[in-house]
Amino acid sequence: MSFWEFANPARFTRLTDKVLPWVSVLAAILLGGGLIWGYFFTPDDFRQGSTVKIFYLHVPAALMAIQVWLMMAICSLIWLVRRHHVSALAARAAAPIGAVMTLIGLLTGAIWGQPMWGTWWEWDPRLTSFLVLFVFYLGYIALWEAVEDPDTAADLTSVLCLVGSVFALLSRYAVLIWNQGLHQGASLSLDSEENVADVFWYPSLVVIAGFVLLFVALVLLRTRTEIQVRRARALMARERS
Amino acid sequence: MEDPYAVYVLSAYGVSLALLGGLIWRSMARARAARRTLDQLEGRK
Repeated sequence: MSFWEFANPARFTRLTDKVLPWVSVLAAILLGGGLIWGYFFTPDDFRQGSTVKIFYLHVPAALMAIQVWLMMAICSLIWLVRRHHVSALAARAAAPIGAVMTLIGLLTGAIWGQPMWGTWWEWDPRLTSFLVLFVFYLGYIALWEAVEDPDTAADLTSVLCLVGSVFALLSRYAVLIWNQGLHQGASLSLDSEENVADVFWYPSLVVIAGFVLLFVALVLLRTRTEIQVRRARALMARERS
Repeated sequence: MEDPYAVYVLSAYGVSLALLGGLIWRSMARARAARRTLDQLEGRK
């Protein structure tokens, strides 16, 4: 079976009906289990104290904020090149999820920053590029709402999404590019010398897996909803004519 | 000894879980409404 067959809305909806309950349950188990493990069963850090527990929310949310935008960029590219409606609707469905992830990253970062850096906010390259990414999310959502014709809206938002990808990548690599600012380098790395201690690393991996599955569940649910809304509008238009 | 950072940690968890809960609730409510509307329209055909 070809990947492109899922661009068929009916087939996509059938697949979603089958997969969604399993993904949702798995996401709840991993997210709940990982957060309980991290919050209740890991020690405080010798420098950061209990604020290290904020890390279990901040890092996965920040990772997802960037990955969601890149997923939207791929969907936008597919829409612009192949004109598959499901891909445009999937990008639209993902945007509020990404915006919430970005907001969680910004807020938890600020809450952690106050006791650790002595400030809620700093115009540091990573923080600033992340704020710009959040504004791009809001702009993307607003543009979808503002344009009445769905194909024109999909075209315009796709272009906006591809432009915004620069900021998504900047958010990811800002620390490496400018090598300055308050924000430290990556907390999680596949290189064991740079990585956090195992006691923090394992629950983090579980929470990250939970966030990824929560995103998959929500994007499937929301894309199916967008397909149904569009079909309902088409039926209403047919009834009126 | 009382944890001096407890208020920060609890705030971070409270805000994050509220945002995630709101997103999930909103997504499910919209999905239910869309399903209901579509069922009504398809039943009318």
